[in-house]
Amino acid sequence: MSDHHHKETFVTKYIFSTDHKMISKQYLVTGIFMGIIGVFMSMLFRLQIAWPERSFSIIEAFLGHHQDGGVMSPDIYLALVTIHGTIMVFFVLTAGLSGTFSNLLIPLQIGARDMASGFLNMVSYWLFFLSSLLMVISLFIEAGPASAGWTIYPPLSALPQAIPGSGLGMTLWLVSMAIFIASSLLGALNYIVTVLNLRTVGMKMTRLPLTIWAFFITAIIGVVSFPVLLSAALLLIFDRSFGTSFYLSDIFIQGEVLHYQGGSPVLFEHLFWFLGHPEVYIVLLPALGITSEIISTNSRKPIFGYRAMIGSIIAIAFLSTIVWGHHMFVSGMNPFLGSVFTFTTLLIAIPSAVKAFNYITTLWKGNLQMNPAMLFSIGLVSTFISGGLTGLVLGDSALDINVHDTYFVVAHFHLVMGVSAIYGMFAGVYHWFPKMYGKMMNKTLGYWHFWLTAVAAYGVFFPMHFIGLAGLPRRYYSNTAFPLFDDVADVNIVITLFAILGGSAQIIFLANFFISIYKGKKAEQNPWRSNTLEWTTPVEHIHGNWPGEIPAVQRWAYDYSKPGYEEDFVCQTTPLKEGEEES
Amino acid sequence: MTALLYILLAIVIAVAIWQVASILKLKSVIATEKDNNIQGILFAVFGVFFYGLMIFSFVKYSALLLPDAASLEGERYDTLYMVTMVLILVVQAITQFLLFYFAFKYRGVKGTKALFYADSHKLELIWTVIPAVVLAGMVLYGLSVWIDVMDSSDAENPLIVEVYAKQFQWEARYAGKDNELGLANVRNIKGINTMGVDMSDKNALDDIPVRELHLPKGRKVIFKFRSQDVLHSAYMPHFRAQMNCVPGMVTQFAFTPSMTTEEMRLNEKTIAKVDNINEIRAEKGEDPYEFDYLLLCNKICGASHYNMQMKIVVEEEAQFNSWLNSQKTMAQVVQ
Ligand code: HEM
Ligand SMILES: [Cu+2]
Ligand SMILES: [Cu+2]
Repeated sequence: MSDHHHKETFVTKYIFSTDHKMISKQYLVTGIFMGIIGVFMSMLFRLQIAWPERSFSIIEAFLGHHQDGGVMSPDIYLALVTIHGTIMVFFVLTAGLSGTFSNLLIPLQIGARDMASGFLNMVSYWLFFLSSLLMVISLFIEAGPASAGWTIYPPLSALPQAIPGSGLGMTLWLVSMAIFIASSLLGALNYIVTVLNLRTVGMKMTRLPLTIWAFFITAIIGVVSFPVLLSAALLLIFDRSFGTSFYLSDIFIQGEVLHYQGGSPVLFEHLFWFLGHPEVYIVLLPALGITSEIISTNSRKPIFGYRAMIGSIIAIAFLSTIVWGHHMFVSGMNPFLGSVFTFTTLLIAIPSAVKAFNYITTLWKGNLQMNPAMLFSIGLVSTFISGGLTGLVLGDSALDINVHDTYFVVAHFHLVMGVSAIYGMFAGVYHWFPKMYGKMMNKTLGYWHFWLTAVAAYGVFFPMHFIGLAGLPRRYYSNTAFPLFDDVADVNIVITLFAILGGSAQIIFLANFFISIYKGKKAEQNPWRSNTLEWTTPVEHIHGNWPGEIPAVQRWAYDYSKPGYEEDFVCQTTPLKEGEEES
Repeated sequence: MTALLYILLAIVIAVAIWQVASILKLKSVIATEKDNNIQGILFAVFGVFFYGLMIFSFVKYSALLLPDAASLEGERYDTLYMVTMVLILVVQAITQFLLFYFAFKYRGVKGTKALFYADSHKLELIWTVIPAVVLAGMVLYGLSVWIDVMDSSDAENPLIVEVYAKQFQWEARYAGKDNELGLANVRNIKGINTMGVDMSDKNALDDIPVRELHLPKGRKVIFKFRSQDVLHSAYMPHFRAQMNCVPGMVTQFAFTPSMTTEEMRLNEKTIAKVDNINEIRAEKGEDPYEFDYLLLCNKICGASHYNMQMKIVVEEEAQFNSWLNSQKTMAQVVQ
């Protein structure tokens, strides 16, 4: 590897870069930008839920012809919910989270000069960019963007007669997602190959930091499940545009019988959730990997049960591909299948519980360094448990009957996947910002950001369980049609206020992030006194990561506070002492 | 509560501006011992907030929950639900306590070292096996309820009712004297035959189309669901019942109503809930509300998804029969 001397222009350095560090930053900034849109949308539709008839100038300002005197239309309400979900799950927490940190950390932590294919990596980012662009463009078309929910179940998503967003808006959604899938497949293949082939001398699989294990397994899940979503989307495109009947049958709408015959929407549900469930782990596992690394570093203690952590990542990955039916207990699917999926779903709770216990044990008798990244990691463990436990209700087919598609579900998945993964992402940004930008983020702002977010997140999502248990369905434009729900109106106001608080708190993060890039304190080489390889590279980015030879790895990544050493950390490149045992 | 949050919001914005202004000067970036101390204490405070929020929610919001189940199957559901909830809350209370307590207790002190403790097969075995055993119990219990609810093949003389969904309305059809639904397909929809019943099928003639669902107490009702356009979901929360309505397919769910509408109106929890609702309505100057069972749509189906409902009346068998006999059959309607 000596080709890192060629001259770089602005374009090759900042735009069409093939350097994984730059691509990682591109992912992050694009993800943050999409996140702003997604969170802002949730504020808008929360206004409508809390004060259904009230006029808001902010709605008037942003929703154009989709509002009347500051009150949004039911169609655009559904569109906002749909695009909010799509953006948060795919654009922020899949591409923004995984794309950023897999790209940054895989080469740096395994000791490689770059990804296996820098070119494909660049293509992957630009496809992601293109798909983001299409998704954003779809917000501005006349009939409004896709509005059949992020799950885009047909026939609603197939028939513009059924909802206006299923016209051009849905087409753009599908094209955007198809490109997105291509992007994430390229990315994932690259990650897998890199981890398998480019590890430095001594970096055995059993010495990999848990971040890398998480990214690696996540990439494998992605390769297995994303193509299925692609085929589901393609068949939907056929039904929409070429008159096939994969998902449609016996439909009478607006006074007219459609020609479709013999298809089944339930088929779509199977295909969708075959990706959809693994997707929540695609979102979550990288966040858990990041947390493992940060909790260990900041506890100044080895991660507890390293091998059990790897085992549970693998078990979760495997099981995640055979639990999709728990989203379909009341879809009309054979009840026997429901029993099977209940069984597999409750199985997956075991490795998840092991992970949670191991995090808690890692804190025990630690010497906790309360950096902002650490706060977010502890926060993650808390929301992961709170959200995970209600999974026992939803994963039990019998119990799911009455809470399926209510706000109870919204509360559950936001805590376990939404908030947890977002916390993981924030933790990662605070922790590796010095590696990405050579500067430090301000910690005081970090503290404010964490505590306001933590209070707001529970303030939003904890009460939501109760309105769900009161029987309130999700995706309702307003609850005023049911006197039965008059008593949840107050709760909805509280939730919305907390949501506004939480959303506003992110401004602190944005300010901290962007100002620190330019004005932050210059970073030291190893600010958190960490063991892993990325901190052996120079602060100033260079092509190829290490100026000379790539260092060889001598031990695992978690020798914190190891007896027999002066310092409370021992870098992976430090040789084992005579007679020293590797953990 | 509301005012408090507004104040909180104002504080946030003020702090944000003030902090952002001072960031240029503040170059503190790595947690010091003082930070560890403060943040560790804040975790303890947050733990208190967290338990406070949980307890507050349970006290204040329990009144919002659905009243007692109004079906035999729903009663089993509620027991399973209680057992699961207690389990969840116990685990939640313990693990969150440990998490926040450790974050507080082991906040970093300069010059000390953490315990080097990387592994313990015994501990890991314990917390793999215990959840596994508990979950196995949950699976068995859950599945026994599930099979009980979903399998209605041995029901004696069940009432067969078709529930029919379309944007944005529910209809229903009783199987009539022969207790067998006539064939139907959307291609037969014409004029007043809004459910596409096949009038050439002799089973169809005595079917009874209705716009309001009446159910007899104590008799198993087997629902057959159809949809004419997009997915809908027939959600009857008071009976702990839900099933999607899928175009091109007939889906099924069954339960045995165990409380008439009148009885439910006299149920303690219902009275409390309705009183509460009526207080809120009175404040807004709206008419008082009287409890009724409802069928609501619970699958996104378009603009008026939020207002797709049908009233359900549960009554004694005799009353039910006389109501049903007063309805017109398909043959009479279509003529
Ligand atoms: C400011 C923070 C957020 C707030 C206040 C919020 C609020 C909500 C609410 C109330 C809904 C349900 C609307 C309905 O069903 O009628 C919803 C839907 C959803 N949210 Fe969020 N959310 C937030 C952040 C997130 C995050 C971080 C994720 C990442 C996973 C996420 C993913 C979703 C998804 C997938 C849906 C479902 C969309 C659908 O029904 O099609 N949200 N959000
Ligand atoms: Cu799932
Ligand atoms: Cu609906």
